[in-house]
Amino acid sequence: MSDPSVPKPDQGMSQTKLPRIGIAYKRPKTGLGKKLRALPKPARVALVIVAILLVYALPLLELPIITTPDSDFAGVLFTMSIYVLVALGLNVVVGYAGLLDLGYVGFYAIGAYTVGMLTSAHGSLPFLVVLPIAAVVAMISGVLLGAPTLRVRGDYLAIVTLGFGEIIRLAATNSDWLGGAAGVSNIPSPPNIFGDDGLFQIPHLVWHGAEPLIDLSHKTKVGYFGVLDAVPYYWLALTVVLIIIGADILIKNSRVGRAWEATREDEDAAELMGVPTFRYKLLAFAMGAFVGGLAGALFATRQSFINPQSFQLLLSMLFVAAVVIGGQGNRWGVIIGACLVVYLPERFRDLADFRVLFFGAALMILATFRPAGILPAGRTKRAQKLRAELTSLEEGTSEGGANA
Amino acid sequence: MQFFFDHFFELTITGLALGSIYALVALGYTMVYGVLQLINFAHSEVFMYGTFAVIWVFTAFGAGGHTSTGGIIGLLIVSVFAAMLVSGGIALLIERVAYRPLLKRNSPKLVALISAIGASFALSETMGLRDRITGFVGLDKPLADYVNGARDNSSLPVEITPKAVFKIGDYSVTTIDLLVIITALVMMVFLDRFVRRSRAGRGMRAVAQNPEAAALMGVNAVRVRQITFLLGGMMAGVAATLYMIRIGTTRFDAGFILGVKAFTAAVMGGIGNLRGALLGGLVLGVAENWGSAIIGTQWKDVVAFILLVVILLFRPTGLLGESLGRARA
Repeated sequence: MSDPSVPKPDQGMSQTKLPRIGIAYKRPKTGLGKKLRALPKPARVALVIVAILLVYALPLLELPIITTPDSDFAGVLFTMSIYVLVALGLNVVVGYAGLLDLGYVGFYAIGAYTVGMLTSAHGSLPFLVVLPIAAVVAMISGVLLGAPTLRVRGDYLAIVTLGFGEIIRLAATNSDWLGGAAGVSNIPSPPNIFGDDGLFQIPHLVWHGAEPLIDLSHKTKVGYFGVLDAVPYYWLALTVVLIIIGADILIKNSRVGRAWEATREDEDAAELMGVPTFRYKLLAFAMGAFVGGLAGALFATRQSFINPQSFQLLLSMLFVAAVVIGGQGNRWGVIIGACLVVYLPERFRDLADFRVLFFGAALMILATFRPAGILPAGRTKRAQKLRAELTSLEEGTSEGGANA
Repeated sequence: MQFFFDHFFELTITGLALGSIYALVALGYTMVYGVLQLINFAHSEVFMYGTFAVIWVFTAFGAGGHTSTGGIIGLLIVSVFAAMLVSGGIALLIERVAYRPLLKRNSPKLVALISAIGASFALSETMGLRDRITGFVGLDKPLADYVNGARDNSSLPVEITPKAVFKIGDYSVTTIDLLVIITALVMMVFLDRFVRRSRAGRGMRAVAQNPEAAALMGVNAVRVRQITFLLGGMMAGVAATLYMIRIGTTRFDAGFILGVKAFTAAVMGGIGNLRGALLGGLVLGVAENWGSAIIGTQWKDVVAFILLVVILLFRPTGLLGESLGRARA
């Protein structure tokens, strides 16, 4: 967790009346985080920049083991960044605010269809204008869905959102204005403002065994969005992802983030403490929808063709799975989760037919052995520790309560 | 609109028949929810395996166009039990593999949902890849009648033709309509009695009300869970047979949309409430038929979900409220 702020009192836990039993009210840092924090600031900044550049360069490096042999690696990376975006947005809803949304694909579809409508089917607005419009339309739909439904709690919300996702898909299938079952085609790619050769060209690497060579015959044009080369799209999506991560860090550490946490932990207690929980839940829903719409818009631009089949309800399950596998509430965790959900099936295409079967089995195994996800949220660890101490207090064993 | 008035009785009766099937599947959701407070997402696959059990019984007995009416009825009786057996078994398997390890560790609810989604994927794909999987052990040739065309629609080898029995309005109620509705109602009453009167049912209600107190009173929580899953699975097996009688075609992913509908029915009636599941299922079935007659068949599923949202807005805990545990009787 890159949380530079001073340790704050933990809202959710401290406001409910729990005995203070020797819990340090600061985030316990993992080994890696501790080492990072010990570095001087310039070194830390440099490290982050190097890491970001490395991620940008991934499709050019063509690393032998990581690269997917059977499908275009840049395309896979693009899909991964779209899923990361979706997971970040859904993490706000599921992880931070604790609302189970099983129809997230609906917002994704709204984003994609807004782009389709405004650039191809019923208009020809430029890409940079449409992108924010798509996100805002998705956000408005989030508010419209949330306003009546967020009053129902827990599992009811799950089924209502599930229904919403399905309604969006059916509406797209059945409405001719939205393209019907055939969908929308000829969605233009982003404008090539630097001409047909791009800003400049970067060659890819080619590997002979363990030895990298520069492959001058295989270049990527920076800033040129063509049909064949997915790398510029990946860079575009990655840039959006980085912006959203920045926004996510800011909002998680703000008053809003703490209000979400309090609402998730105990809605009644939060309401009593003066947190307008409904408004904050709606805000979480709207923000999640915004990011989902953004992801859908990027998807539509790259795909240039969308139809209702691209927005099956199962996709929603996949999104939720990405968030929960990674560790709901931990942004780095959900990023890893999203990458795995996309990458593993692509990497092991030899098993193509058995992908879903293995994916299902993997979900069960992960749920059993890492219930809090690959990277559990900091709060989850704190809560577990607290629960363990409370249990030992209740059972009267003195070890747990000794330092009370 | 004219179509709706002209066919009012037909729409209502067939809606009730469809709704009865929803209701039977919804029971599985609602009982598991009542006892565990968890959505058993894999229940749709329990239903799907039941539909295949029916087809396999018909295949095993070599049924075809030549089979007599009496033969078909006999086979249907056999297949109800086969479907109940298979569905109940799958439900128990889900409990054992996807739920028990998590419940032992006291995992959060959302994780159990993910585990159930995983189980759902795995089960439906196992069915969809049954030719390949049996191929590994060299059984795909001998079992060809059962496993071929794993990813296509599978149909009953016989055609079940309904006979008109009597008329309501201008619609002739058929034997199939009656069979489906009456079987579903009988199973409901049986289950309702079981949960309210039997010792095991009392255990279920006790766990639903307060798991800890129930455990203190000597109720075996694991056993109660197993019974709950088994009963839900058996009801799904009956539903699967009725579905095959009415629709006649199934697929490895046929469970999903029906599962969503059934879960909607359970929520609509008040999840955790057995009578609510019945009411929710019937309301959903009829509303779908009416809705699709009024605004077009392609909007059928939209009608279902909008109705759900409307009902939840005015009655946030469903039509009859949540009450598997609340001891009224």
